[in-house]
Amino acid sequence: MTIDRSRLPVPGPDRPFRFPRIVKRTLTNGLEVRAVRHQSVPVASIVLLVPGGSSVDPCDRQGLVSMTAGLLDEGSRGQSALEISDRLARIGGEVDIEAGMDAVVVGLTTLDRFFEKGLGLLHEMVVEPNLADDDFNRIRSLRFERLKQLKDHAPALAERVFARVLYGAHPYGRLSLGAEAGLTPMTVSEIRALHAAMFAPAGSTLVIVGNRPEEALLDLAARTFDSWRAAASPMTIDRSAALADPPEMPQSRLGVVPRPGAAQSELRIGHVCAPRSTPDYPVLLILNAIVGGEFVSRLNLNLREGKGYTYGVRTGFNLRRGLGPFVMQTSVGTDVTAPAIHEAHEEIRAIAASRPATADEVAEAIASMSKGYPRGFETASQVARSVAQLALHNLPDSYFEDFAPRLARVTTDDVSAAAQRHLQHGKMTTLIVGDLDQIHESLPGLGLGAHQVLPADL
Amino acid sequence: MQIPFKKKTLGNGLDVIVHEDHQLPMVAVNLWYHVGSKNEVPGRTGFAHLFEHLMFEGSQHHDHGYFPPLQRAGGQLNGSTNADRTNYWEVVPTGALDLALWMESDRMGFLLPALSDAKFNNQRDVVLNERRQNYENRPYGLAGIALSAAMFAPDHPYHWPTIGSADDIRAASLAMVREFFETYYHPANASLSLAGDVEADRAFDLAERYFGDLPAGPQVARVERGASLDDSVSLVLEDRVELPRLYISWHSPAMFASDDAELDIAADVLTHGKTSRLHKTLVYERRVAADVSAYHHSREMGGQFQIVCTAAAGVTLAELNTAIRTAIEELAAQGPTADELERGVAQTDAQFVYRLQTIGGFGGKGDQLNAYNTFVGDPGYFGRDRQRYFDVTGRGVASAVSRWVAAARSVSLSVVPKGRRDLALTGAAEVQVS
Repeated sequence: MTIDRSRLPVPGPDRPFRFPRIVKRTLTNGLEVRAVRHQSVPVASIVLLVPGGSSVDPCDRQGLVSMTAGLLDEGSRGQSALEISDRLARIGGEVDIEAGMDAVVVGLTTLDRFFEKGLGLLHEMVVEPNLADDDFNRIRSLRFERLKQLKDHAPALAERVFARVLYGAHPYGRLSLGAEAGLTPMTVSEIRALHAAMFAPAGSTLVIVGNRPEEALLDLAARTFDSWRAAASPMTIDRSAALADPPEMPQSRLGVVPRPGAAQSELRIGHVCAPRSTPDYPVLLILNAIVGGEFVSRLNLNLREGKGYTYGVRTGFNLRRGLGPFVMQTSVGTDVTAPAIHEAHEEIRAIAASRPATADEVAEAIASMSKGYPRGFETASQVARSVAQLALHNLPDSYFEDFAPRLARVTTDDVSAAAQRHLQHGKMTTLIVGDLDQIHESLPGLGLGAHQVLPADL
Repeated sequence: MQIPFKKKTLGNGLDVIVHEDHQLPMVAVNLWYHVGSKNEVPGRTGFAHLFEHLMFEGSQHHDHGYFPPLQRAGGQLNGSTNADRTNYWEVVPTGALDLALWMESDRMGFLLPALSDAKFNNQRDVVLNERRQNYENRPYGLAGIALSAAMFAPDHPYHWPTIGSADDIRAASLAMVREFFETYYHPANASLSLAGDVEADRAFDLAERYFGDLPAGPQVARVERGASLDDSVSLVLEDRVELPRLYISWHSPAMFASDDAELDIAADVLTHGKTSRLHKTLVYERRVAADVSAYHHSREMGGQFQIVCTAAAGVTLAELNTAIRTAIEELAAQGPTADELERGVAQTDAQFVYRLQTIGGFGGKGDQLNAYNTFVGDPGYFGRDRQRYFDVTGRGVASAVSRWVAAARSVSLSVVPKGRRDLALTGAAEVQVS
């Protein structure tokens, strides 16, 4: 049987896919529960989303939220961290606690036959953690060690310094992990106060996903979480701290964190951009795919496939409740640092000016993102996390179904307009973490002004 | 528990394995070539991986990038190389299955006519960047390379890292690419799986249609080499790190061989979770370590049992070494408690279930079917693989730890901050890796 190799087969029509159906119930204590029946492997996934996140850290206590989140699985209801860990291991449970900028997300995945036990454990960890002095000291020491180790990790350094340079004193200017200055004076009473103030049923969302009828899932959640009550706290937190205005964007600037002898230059280019709530969101997804979000993006095809400067480059509009950044990130050879920066700037500038997105590029990006969309709903934990994101950003239950049709309405003009509005080439900050001695002579030629040497400051 | 499948071997020797799962409107295409860095020779290291990169640069009938048509169709794709094998995968919407198979078969059958110096030079630069980014510019990034070099003799195929030496990568030539392709990239040395939203009959028809005409290619000789240490070795590597870290490595059984599962459970008992022995003593109670992990990394020709432990500030690696050796002696002497064994097996069992959640990508069902087919000749080995862990006994763990670890020679590697050789184990010999 011979096949026609003169041209590529044209893909057939999309098969229908039913996106998760969300069934909701608000418990008497104000906790919103969202259940999804996921008919696949007998795996249960539970996600609790508590809004606020690290952006509520007091200025002089950076890392407070993340430390509190990190202590949730270090002992609860009078049982030690070892006992909790043992119970978790016996149900094959995997706990994942993430203190993001906008929310703390506590996830637990287990086997369906351990659903009740898993939910009970998650409840204990979130509602009745011990927050004991000794555990606090232990976890804080590990945190200090982690911070120390990150000093040698170029991408971590770049991430931290870049956030600080873009956002200054704004909550997004720091990392969740915290910093020594905030961790050193921190006390366990502050952790307890933060826990009481932040972890409350009203405003939080519990997502529960498994292969059981939605009503059964909701009943199970209600039985476990109905008794959760908000606690009194001496601490007041501002869950909207991140909505404050970041500093005015300066003109182009170039910063360098010197790393003598570094094998590569770690690069970041970007600026403060937009909130997740921007009506341009779908357009920005398309714009990003074209400029740097995919393997076939302009930046990757140029810097990697064209010039061989890097193993890969990616961009992202990291949109959040407050104004999130646009960031390009890559790691390039020391000897090609300046040309790589030059090319990257040219690509970012061009898509907003001389080489706007073409109709083909837009059509391809839309096809790529919408046809591949069902892939994100394969596992129970993927579904649970996606549903939690809807809660965080106040998106409708129909969001998943509407996603592809919304993308399909994006036009080439929309993308050009969004590029001009959201990629302000004259206001980009460029950061290099690399061997300054090797590259300093090439920097003036970039036309980004005199470079500023920045401390690593972790 | 199983991954249900059907298997056929085409006339040219290509194994085709199909697993139906209609949950998503997607099909996972997964293709293994039974070639990895173990098929390389000294002086030409890093070649299998560099070659993998070239597989994404276009083939005779589609002499453009491999990514665009598939991404445009909503597909996701990647590939990877290790010592034993190279895999390639696409997860595509059901309607794009023909496209994915057309593309995979074109690069299997017709890669060479599309190769050029320009593509080759470009990807060589990309790989050198990858090496600098992921190994040279990463804290502790060269430790694995130093360890393998010390564990295996210079001509043993596990002596060198899959990423290869920078000098060898620079010296690679287009002529070597042709030779490599002709030796290893053909149906008789490959295994294709299709998992997801496709009916088995149609899947086999498509496989025959796209791959059936390709010539079988030569038989690939199996690489067989034993490995052992004449003496225990202690090395020190200075690196740009803040905290010293100790690596200890022992030779251990090949994957699926006797004692393989026992050593997996031993690693679990030692460092998985806070209640594990070493985590509990070193990190939780005594707080002398920032982290500790043990794993049994078994491969086709043999395995390595490894323990990695990072010191807390101010703690010497000697102290950690003593604690680790003591824990091993105890495990070898008494084995795990019934409680520890039960917990270890429960965790492993859950991992097997979690592995059934995805059709494609690295570690998805399609990848597992090919792994079992390539390494044990039976795509249906999932159930037996899992059963091995239920069959593990405390006595079995004790005897495996005793034989392969406690009583065996090891390589210790102290990775210390620059200029702090004093933090290494005493008597450690300096090692340099570039």
